[in-house]
Amino acid sequence: MSIEISKPGTDLERHPVPDPGLEEHIERWTDVDKEAGDRAYRQVLLMLGAVPVLAIAFVVIYFAVDRTSVVHIFGLEWDALTFWLGMTGGLATLLIGLACVHWAKTMMGDEEIAEDRHSAASSAEDRALFAKEFAKGAEQSGLGRRKLIGGALGGALGLIAVPAVVLFADMGPWPTAEMRKKTIERTIWAEGVKLVNDVTRRALKASDLEIGQLVNAQPESLWEHHGTEFQIEKAKASIIIVRMDPDRIKIPDSRKDWQVGGILCYSKICTHVGCPISLWEQQTHHLLCPCHQSTFDLSNSGLVVFGPAARALPQLPITVDADGYLVARSDFTVPVGPSFFERDSSGDFKEGDR
Amino acid sequence: MAKPAEVSVESPALDSERPPKSGMPAGVTGAATWADDRLGLASLLKKNLRKIFPDHWSFLLGEIALYSFVVLLLTGVFLTIWFKPSMAEIEYEGSYQLMRGLPMSEAFASTLALSFDIRGGLLVRQIHHWAAMLFLASMTVHMLRIFFTGAFRKPRELNWLIGVGLLGISLIEGFAGYSLPDDLLSGTGLRFVDGLIRSIPLIGTWAEFFIFAGEFPGSLVVARLYMVHILLVPAVLLGLIAAHLTLVVYHKHTQYPGAGRKDGNVVGYPLFPVYMAKAGGFFFVVFGVSILMGATMQINPVWNFGPYNPAQVTAGSQPDWYMGFVEGAIRIMPNWEWHLGSTTWSWNVFLPGMGLLTGLFVLLGAWPFVERWITGDDAEHHVLDRPRNNPTRTGLGVAGITCYAMFWLSGGNDILATQFRLSLNAVTEFMRVAVFLAPVVAFIVTKRICISLQRADHERVLHGSETGIIERSPDGGYSEPHRPIHTDEKFMLTQHAQGKVAEVTPATDGNGVLEKGAGVSKTRALASRWYHAGVIDKPTADEIAEADHHANGHADGHDGDHQVTESETSGQISR
Repeated sequence: MSIEISKPGTDLERHPVPDPGLEEHIERWTDVDKEAGDRAYRQVLLMLGAVPVLAIAFVVIYFAVDRTSVVHIFGLEWDALTFWLGMTGGLATLLIGLACVHWAKTMMGDEEIAEDRHSAASSAEDRALFAKEFAKGAEQSGLGRRKLIGGALGGALGLIAVPAVVLFADMGPWPTAEMRKKTIERTIWAEGVKLVNDVTRRALKASDLEIGQLVNAQPESLWEHHGTEFQIEKAKASIIIVRMDPDRIKIPDSRKDWQVGGILCYSKICTHVGCPISLWEQQTHHLLCPCHQSTFDLSNSGLVVFGPAARALPQLPITVDADGYLVARSDFTVPVGPSFFERDSSGDFKEGDR
Repeated sequence: MAKPAEVSVESPALDSERPPKSGMPAGVTGAATWADDRLGLASLLKKNLRKIFPDHWSFLLGEIALYSFVVLLLTGVFLTIWFKPSMAEIEYEGSYQLMRGLPMSEAFASTLALSFDIRGGLLVRQIHHWAAMLFLASMTVHMLRIFFTGAFRKPRELNWLIGVGLLGISLIEGFAGYSLPDDLLSGTGLRFVDGLIRSIPLIGTWAEFFIFAGEFPGSLVVARLYMVHILLVPAVLLGLIAAHLTLVVYHKHTQYPGAGRKDGNVVGYPLFPVYMAKAGGFFFVVFGVSILMGATMQINPVWNFGPYNPAQVTAGSQPDWYMGFVEGAIRIMPNWEWHLGSTTWSWNVFLPGMGLLTGLFVLLGAWPFVERWITGDDAEHHVLDRPRNNPTRTGLGVAGITCYAMFWLSGGNDILATQFRLSLNAVTEFMRVAVFLAPVVAFIVTKRICISLQRADHERVLHGSETGIIERSPDGGYSEPHRPIHTDEKFMLTQHAQGKVAEVTPATDGNGVLEKGAGVSKTRALASRWYHAGVIDKPTADEIAEADHHANGHADGHDGDHQVTESETSGQISR
C-alpha cells in the first residue's frame, strides 16, 4: 500500500549496510578555480555567439546557392543546397543545445537535493472522504431506488455507438460473392486477348521467344484503362511468359493445350502477399519472389518449392491466333494474388494433379 | 558502477563564492504579477518549479523520443504545405529530367517537387524521415531500459501500458508516413499490407475492401493514410504522451540505487534552472543532430525508385527498420494454409503478421502483472533494480531481444545470403530454428552472467577491491591484498531486496475460513521457485562485520596467518 521505509540501521536483514546518507558534495573545478569558471563562461558565450552567424549564413545560402549545384565531400556528390542549409541550420541548432547543457553542467548549482516522495495512493482520510462524497452523490442521483435508469442509460450509450459504426459502411464496396466475382476473382484476361510486352506494348509471337527466355507481359486491353483503374487491373493481370524445352518440363494432361510448344504463361503476382515475382533461374526453371523468397517451379505447373507461399502460381491458358500471335484462351481459372478468406482454393494446381 | 576504493581527500579546498540571493528582476515581477492575478500560477508552480529530477544518461532515452516527436511535428507541418495526398494520375512536368513525361500519382509528383523544386524541401524530408527512425529507435531502447531496471513495477504499471500503446501506434504512424510518397518501395509495402489484411480469418476481405475502398490499390488509400498520419494518430500520440509525462511528474522519476537514495525520496537537481537548461538544451541537441543527419545522410531517395508500378519490384526491397521483424517472420514462416470447403485460412501470412504483432504487444503489456503475480510483491518501487539483481527478468529481456533480432535478421535473409555467400534456403531454414533456440540460449547465458556478477558483488562487499599489489611472504607465498571498498558502494551493492521463493500455503486462515488474496497456489510456488532459482543471497550484516574485522586485522599486519590469498577470496560464495 505504501512505500517501504526502514530507518537506517534498524533492519539489518533488509539493509545489511545501513544507508550512509547522501554523498558529500565535491565542488567542481569551475566553482573553485576562477579561471576555469571564466573559461566555461566564455565557451558558452562563444557557442551562443556562433548561432547568429550561422543563421545569417543559412539565409545567404538559401538565396545565393543555385538549386542544381553540387558539392564534393569525401569523394561523394552532395546536393549543395541541402548540404549547406543543413550544416548551417543544424550546427546553429546544435550549438544552442550544447551551450545550455554546458551552462547547466559547469555553472549552475550542482548540489544534489533530496526531495521526499509520497505514496502514489491517496491517504486513508482522503479515501474515506471521497467515499462519503460519492455516497452522497449516489444517494442524490436516486439510482438506489430507481435502478432501471442506470441500465437504460448504459444500454442507450452502448447502442448509440451502432449508428456511429454503421456510418462507415460505405468505406468500400462490400465484398459479397457477387462483388468478389467482379473484382478480386477476375482479371481482364479473356479469350483472344493478345499477350503484349509490358514495356514496348508489342504483341508477341511464339517465334519471338527463345528457350530459357522470360518476358514480362500484359494483356493488350490493359491500356484501355486509365488512372487508378489501370493500376488495379495491372496489379492482377501482370504475367510472365517463359519458354522452356518441352522435353525437360512436366506438363500435366489437363494443361496440355494451355501452352504453345513449351511457352507457358503464369501470373506475375505472388500467391503469398502479392509482390510481382521476377527473379528467373533459367537452368532450374525456378522463379523466385524478391520480397519473401517464395520459389515456384515453372516447369511443374508453378508449384511452390520453397518459401512462405502456400499455393502454386496460377497458370494462364494460352494459344496462338490465326496471325500467329500469342493470345489467352480464357481468364485465369483461379483468383490470382494473395489468399483471402472466401477464396475457394480447391481449383489450384496441387502436387500430383494430372 | 564500481567506484575507486578511495578518493583523494586533498582536493583544493578553496572557498567558493556565490552571488547573494535576490528576488525576481523588476520587469519579471510585473509580468508575473499580471499573469498570477489572472491564472493563479504561483500556487501551482511554487512546488513544481523546483521539482527534483535524478540524473542519469539512460533517462535521456525517453527524452530523445519526446524531442524527436516534436521535430516530427515541426518538419511534418512544413511537408504538408506542398504534399498532395492524391492518387490521381498526372504526367510529370517537374524539374527532374529523368522522369519528365512519365505518368505518376500526384502524391509522387509532389514528393519529387519537394525534393527538387522547393528550396530546403529535400533537407526537411530527410530530417523528417531520420527523426522518425530516431523516434522509434529511442522509444524501443527507452522501453528496454524501463524493463531491465524494473521501472514498470508498482506504481508505474499503467504508465508502462501507456508506453506499450505509444510504441504500437507509433509503428502504425511510421508505416503510414512511409506509404505516402507512392513510390515503388512504399507501394510494395502497401501491397504487402494488403496481403496481411486479407489473411485475417473471416473478416480479412471485408477489411481490405473497407481500407482500400475496394480492390488494391484503389484510389483512396493514400488520402486515407494521410489523414491517419497527420491527424488521427498524432492526436492519439499527443494525448498519450501528455498522460505519460503527467504520470512521470506525479510519481516522480525513479532513481538508480546509491548512497542516500531510497524508495522514500528522489535525489537530483531542480527543474528550474538545471533541468530547464539541460532538458531544454537537449531538445536543441536532438533537433540539431536530426538536421545534420538530414543534411549528410541520404534517406529514401524516391526518385531512384520511381512511381509505383504494381508489375515491378526490386530485389532487396525492405521496410524501414522497425517493421523488419514482421518482415522477417513473414519470410521464414512455413507455408501453412488450410483449404476448408470454399474458404482459405492463410496461417502463413496471418500468424507471422497480425499474430506476431498482437503477441508481442500482449506479452509486453502483460509482463508487469505476470511478474507481480510470481513475486507477490505489492510494495511501491522507486529505486531501480540493477539488472543483475533480477537474473530471471534480465534473462527473459535478453531472450526477447534475441528473438526480435533473429526475426529482424530474417527480414534481410536475402542480403545475408548474398553478402556472406550463403544459400538463401539454408539461411531461411537456420532462422526457422534460431528464432526459438537462440532466445533459450540467450536466457541461460544471461542468467549465468547475472549470477556471476552477483557473486562478484558479494565478494567485493566482503573482501574489497583488488589492490594490484602482489606481496611475497617470508616463506615464499604470493598474495594480493584487498582494500575495503567505500561504505557508499557497500550500501549500493547490498541495498536491493532479497527475492524470496514463495512456499505453497493454503488460502484459509487457522479456522479453515477462506481468506481473500491470501495463500500461495502450487502453480505460483512453482513459478516463484523458477524465478528465484540460482539467485545469490546478499551478504548478511554479520558476514560483513566479520569480513571487516578480518580485513582490518590484515591491514594492521598483526595477523599473519590470515593473509587474504587468491584461493581464499574466490570460490567461497557457494553454499
